[in-house]
Amino acid sequence: MASAAAEREPDTAPLLVAEGLRFGYERDPVLHDVDLAIAPGEFVALVGPNGSGKSTLLQLLLGRLRPWEGTVRLFGRPPERLSDRGRIGYVPQRPSLASEVPATVEELVASGRLTEGRWWRPFSRADRETVRHALESVGLADLARRPLNELSGGQQQRAFIARAFASGPSLLVLDEPIAGVDQASQRRFRDALVHEIREHGAGVLLVSHELSAVAHDVDRVVVLKGTIVFDGSPAELASSGVSLGIHAEDLPLWLEELR
Amino acid sequence: MRFVAAVGLPYPFELAFMQRALLASVCVGVFAPLIGTFLVQKRLSLIGDGIGHVAFAGVGAGVVLGTSELWTALVFAVAGSLAIEWLRRRRRASGDVALALLFYSGIALGVVLLSLDDALTGEVFGYLVGAPLTVTDGEVLGIVALAVGIVAVVVALRRPLFSIVTDDDWSRVAGLPVDGLNVLLGVVTAAAVVAAMRIVGILLVAAMMVLPVATAQLVARSFAGTLRIAVAVGVATSVAGLAASRLWGLAPGGTIVLLAAGTFAIASIARRAVARSPVRTQA
Repeated sequence: MASAAAEREPDTAPLLVAEGLRFGYERDPVLHDVDLAIAPGEFVALVGPNGSGKSTLLQLLLGRLRPWEGTVRLFGRPPERLSDRGRIGYVPQRPSLASEVPATVEELVASGRLTEGRWWRPFSRADRETVRHALESVGLADLARRPLNELSGGQQQRAFIARAFASGPSLLVLDEPIAGVDQASQRRFRDALVHEIREHGAGVLLVSHELSAVAHDVDRVVVLKGTIVFDGSPAELASSGVSLGIHAEDLPLWLEELR
Repeated sequence: MRFVAAVGLPYPFELAFMQRALLASVCVGVFAPLIGTFLVQKRLSLIGDGIGHVAFAGVGAGVVLGTSELWTALVFAVAGSLAIEWLRRRRRASGDVALALLFYSGIALGVVLLSLDDALTGEVFGYLVGAPLTVTDGEVLGIVALAVGIVAVVVALRRPLFSIVTDDDWSRVAGLPVDGLNVLLGVVTAAAVVAAMRIVGILLVAAMMVLPVATAQLVARSFAGTLRIAVAVGVATSVAGLAASRLWGLAPGGTIVLLAAGTFAIASIARRAVARSPVRTQA
């Protein structure tokens, strides 16, 4: 299964490299000595207790914040100098689309095509085809014309994931995408992610507390608490008594106990 | 030179001045709801009102300087929209007070400038509440030119504008020029306010940016549909309001806005009736 990606994508240069990151708000450091790398086709889960700096780290990795010290490279470049932003597929935390005006699922997902760089150009047939494919991959093709606010929370979440897929990303960054989402939507979400990794060789950085749906697919678990306190396979994590799959409640409990 | 000569239209649009008013009102009916849809989505429904206050200073400056009121107001309104965007970005906490300072300084400056020229007369009143029946050929030409520019920009950039007004966070990560597009949206709004001020007036311009959109929100099931329905409501109420004002001698600007408000009320009641209907099949 990893071979399909390997055949097409011989380049194994890391998608994302962060080295020696140090950052804080005002004068209080939130993160220190953070090193992280993600290779093509790699599925990395980032976990940590509340206030551990997960969201801050994501902002640094995406170039929304500049670190006090250390460097971030996305596809070998500093984030602020990355021209092809479509290579990042981003799903914000609890995306609450300002929905004063109705918008369809398709309209939302189509905005994913704007990241190709030429955001002013009219849409081509290939754009529409990509949008349709993204909708199918999350199982929302039948609901494409429905207003987003008529969908369930899980369905809405999948629409935001489809928007990230629509840019044809090499790296998916998902911030708590399945918090409070029903089981069926979690399974769909897992299938779609695995599809992106296997078929397109995408790397995935998933921030989540609920890893049971993807327990068998995650390559590495990174535990953050101001700095990275664990970085290894789920098997290694299991040897320290924490299972991702069987006891879904283990992880949050363990994270809270972390000092 | 006449840009608009009387053509063979039926009563109440058979006269040249009514046809000038009709052309200008239809333009407003198209561009005000078009730009308004993005403003409502961005929760800036009343920004048109604020920019209108600043535009009034431009009217005053135009009278004092002897320049065109329309184009001088445009310069002031664009400068005002840039200042608003700058304030919004710089001072999030006290932005509200900063905006009030800008808006009321604008209208006060307009009043003082006009008093310098002894021009606080009935003619100025037309800028406040609209006077479409007295628009000149030159003004109609200006309004049409602004309308073409506004519609071209909004239609061409509807997708990125949709993205920035619905999801700022994602749009920034996606590399869209969010700040630049926000500035552009402000400038286009300023152009819309100025182009509409002779028709519905500075006091009512925001209504034409919001009320047709509010109606469309009740009925439409997509963003594109909202744009289309809002424009249809804007054009229909502009034409009907103008006709009604001629038939019964009413103030045209106010009549147009009251019709837009009435349309919203009817759509709102009809929607509730449909929602309560037992034969409703939509899950």
